[in-house]
Amino acid sequence: MEQIAEITISVLLVAAGIFGLVGSFGLIKLPDTMTRLHAPTKASTLGVGGVLLASMLYFWIMRGQLSWHEFLITMFILLTAPITANFIAKAHMHRFGDKNTMPDTGTPRDWATFEDESKEMEPVMTRVEPKPKVTASDHQF
Amino acid sequence: MLRKLFPHPYLTLLLVVTWMLLVNHLKLGSLVFALILGIIIPIITAPYWPDRPALRNPIAIIGYVLIVLYDIVKSNFIVAGIVLFKPSSQLQSAWVTVPLDLRSPEAITVLAGTITMTPGTLTADMSGDGRALLVHCLHAPDPEEVRDEIKTRYEARLMRIFE
Repeated sequence: MEQIAEITISVLLVAAGIFGLVGSFGLIKLPDTMTRLHAPTKASTLGVGGVLLASMLYFWIMRGQLSWHEFLITMFILLTAPITANFIAKAHMHRFGDKNTMPDTGTPRDWATFEDESKEMEPVMTRVEPKPKVTASDHQF
Repeated sequence: MLRKLFPHPYLTLLLVVTWMLLVNHLKLGSLVFALILGIIIPIITAPYWPDRPALRNPIAIIGYVLIVLYDIVKSNFIVAGIVLFKPSSQLQSAWVTVPLDLRSPEAITVLAGTITMTPGTLTADMSGDGRALLVHCLHAPDPEEVRDEIKTRYEARLMRIFE
């Protein structure tokens, strides 16, 4: 039993290491920022996931205590990786993005990154009725 | 009354489970403290979050999570294959517009996250009115196909859960 567990844990660790390495290698090899973003968000997920799974198995079978921290870490990574990727993508679009190379939105409004901030727009994406505008005369203290 | 005590029942449940996992062993004292946190935090933060997402079909979430986990593993292999074996000159990356049928902000957030975690696609932006997502594909000879897959595989399922 211990033997099988040891082999499984080792396989997981090696596989995770390979995926982590491929993810980092992708950062060097891929041609531009947007394609480079794909490598760390994906290939490294399985890299980290494999290490955490191996850690969970190790403490469960070898030490006899089930640890849930690894599960939490996996969940947090799955939640935060897309947000980091989205931030980097948006920062890239703000600095180097060319509106003309992007496809059309297919809706009346432009991509959020390229929208004119100075223009007043009605709020969207909310189920709450927009509050009446606060004017100077409302501030009576 | 119940609504006042639990403004966000799912948040309460999530906080209790997260706290129990953080503590890492099952003890009555930890459970009581988890419940205290799970009740107090939603009440304090309720003014910042007036609506709670309506979940129409909570059972369908399990199916969705399983599909996404499977796709994440698959996407790791696909992206690793592209990184290792495809010369950069042959890479056909493309921007794709995905029109949205989903309207609830929570559902769109989940969809955007799912797109980023799954094979060769990455959410970059959303249109100003929240009706379309801008998706970048690492290698997509046929962008139409990518869009159709996102719509049928993920969005249709999220529609069943959230709307």
